Amino acid sequence: MLLDVRDLKTYFFTAAGVVRAVDGVSYGVLPGETVALVGESGCGKSVSALSIMRLVPTPAGRIVGGHILFKGQDLLALDEEAMRQVRGREIAMIFQEPMTSLNPVLSIGRQLTEPLEIHLGMSPDQARTHAAELLATVGIAAPERRLAQYPHHFSGGMRQRMMIAMALACQPALILADEPTTALDVTIQAQILELMKALCRRHGIAMVLITHNLGVVARYADRVNVMYAGKLVEQGGAREVYTDPRHPYTLGLLRSVPRLDEPRRQKLNPIEGQPPDLMHLPPGCSFVTRCRYAVERCHREVPPLMPVTVGHLSACWMADHLGREVTP
Amino acid sequence: MSANGQPLVQVQHLVKHFPVIGGGIFAKTIGVVRAVDGVSVTIHQGETLGVVGESGCGKTTLGRCILQLERPTSGRVLFEGQDLASLTEPEWRVVRRKMQVIFQDPYSSLNPRMTVGQILAEPLKVHAIEPDRQGRRQRVAALLTDVGLLPELVHRYPHELSGGQRQRVGIARALAMNPSFIVCDEPVSALDVSIQAQIINLLDALQERLGLTYLFVAHDLSVVRHISDRVAVMYLGKIVELTDWQRLYEEPLHPYTKALLSAVPIPDPEVEAHREPIILTGEVPSPLNPPSGCVFHPRCPMAIADCQAMVPELREIRPGHWVSCIRA
Repeated sequence: MLLDVRDLKTYFFTAAGVVRAVDGVSYGVLPGETVALVGESGCGKSVSALSIMRLVPTPAGRIVGGHILFKGQDLLALDEEAMRQVRGREIAMIFQEPMTSLNPVLSIGRQLTEPLEIHLGMSPDQARTHAAELLATVGIAAPERRLAQYPHHFSGGMRQRMMIAMALACQPALILADEPTTALDVTIQAQILELMKALCRRHGIAMVLITHNLGVVARYADRVNVMYAGKLVEQGGAREVYTDPRHPYTLGLLRSVPRLDEPRRQKLNPIEGQPPDLMHLPPGCSFVTRCRYAVERCHREVPPLMPVTVGHLSACWMADHLGREVTP
Repeated sequence: MSANGQPLVQVQHLVKHFPVIGGGIFAKTIGVVRAVDGVSVTIHQGETLGVVGESGCGKTTLGRCILQLERPTSGRVLFEGQDLASLTEPEWRVVRRKMQVIFQDPYSSLNPRMTVGQILAEPLKVHAIEPDRQGRRQRVAALLTDVGLLPELVHRYPHELSGGQRQRVGIARALAMNPSFIVCDEPVSALDVSIQAQIINLLDALQERLGLTYLFVAHDLSVVRHISDRVAVMYLGKIVELTDWQRLYEEPLHPYTKALLSAVPIPDPEVEAHREPIILTGEVPSPLNPPSGCVFHPRCPMAIADCQAMVPELREIRPGHWVSCIRA
């Protein structure tokens, strides 16, 4: 196991109360594989990635429990200096909005060479040559000339390519990609995702792909973690989860989206209701108010993540019943 | 969702160029952005015309020109046969009520200092639809019920509502004027997946009940396919393909439409495993300096030498199927 997140809890302490953004999340990533973290806004998927990098905004946010084992070492036990060696070097992160994560007053070249000089101890000349190679790798034409330019000279797609180049710079073992293509157009999204897939394969890099797009997950992920209201509700291989979803939320999501490969439906099947307020969660299952399968027990007891088949887990008291209903 | 054939909105040779001002103290026009570059399309009573395309293709500007929120550079927009540019102020006030808009971002399109009740009552008052207070109160309550909200929400402020509820208020505000035509500009793209289906079903139901005509502008092809009768595909200010929804998805003729459809991942790993997406190279050129000939030729996998020289006309290849490609 390359990354092993165990019972991670990240809370935000605000004047209005405690927000349990990530509330006991466990998942693993094997070397070289792509694991998706799927969920809607506010479900805690981004906070869980920031927790791995130990970049949770303080003082409100705090990791209050759990372990994050990376190559067997608990990242939460490292001091700040040791953590800096991990960030960028061992684990890199790609954000949704490249313009806000690139420094607008530093040249493209400087932003690429800095980590190479700091982490890999390259000389400025070596770093510059390597930076140009990186830009070429991510498909940016005339890389030598581009090094002298600034982020505002780049289009959205090129900025995201630049983010990927930065993430690749130190040959990390793991990339955390937080909605890497959400801000991009469909044809550019396809280009960037294909590029990321090819590069991760070539260099054996594992990826945690955080997204709300079920199509992107289906195309690129080996395994899937579905998150709802700070907790994982379903976990398993991408094929198992999509063909035999065992949590009503996953099932609802898959049924609610129109699909290009299916005949048009008269009406869509939405999940009724609203996502819960993380400050005032119901006592039992967080999904209970929107669930059509809820029974009395769901209102009282929080369902733990339990295996339904080997490697496929669901946090639902009715998981077995669901399976029977979907595959009669 | 069926059109009865009467043209409601006729767009004729519409052009909208935005000047780019520069040159220091003596400001002068240094270029023009060709946001909409010669678009002709007719929207029939009771139908939904979907407009898809990537950012900067001019789909939003087209909607804004139809509503006269932008003054077209040239070309005409007819509503119920009347040229909108020729209307006097009092005439325009009558027509204005029949044409409404729903924006993408309900967060920024609702006044944060007004309650839901005030937001909905104001247009009723301004246009003297419900002159007395009691009548307005009843109408507001009815509007809220129409969009699936509880009448109690009248005293709430927009920040107290969820994204889905806010978009419902935006829809109610558009309905307040008893319009016949609504421009829906990316109405669900800011919403979570599980909420999107709720809003789409609502728009569908309202159309059926009130006989509304929609111009549905969006970048999500699956959503557009679900809701539209006909679909126009735009690229760099031009319509490149226009036909009924079924044709467009089953027999697309323009290479750009084909690439767009193929770029959308299907939420099913089994299906995705057997799909070979067409990945377009390059990026959308700047509308400041569009390519010669066919604007799509630099990225087109089918382009031949003639494509650089000839501007393809939008021609009717078979009844109701319009394409601008010399190779179609």
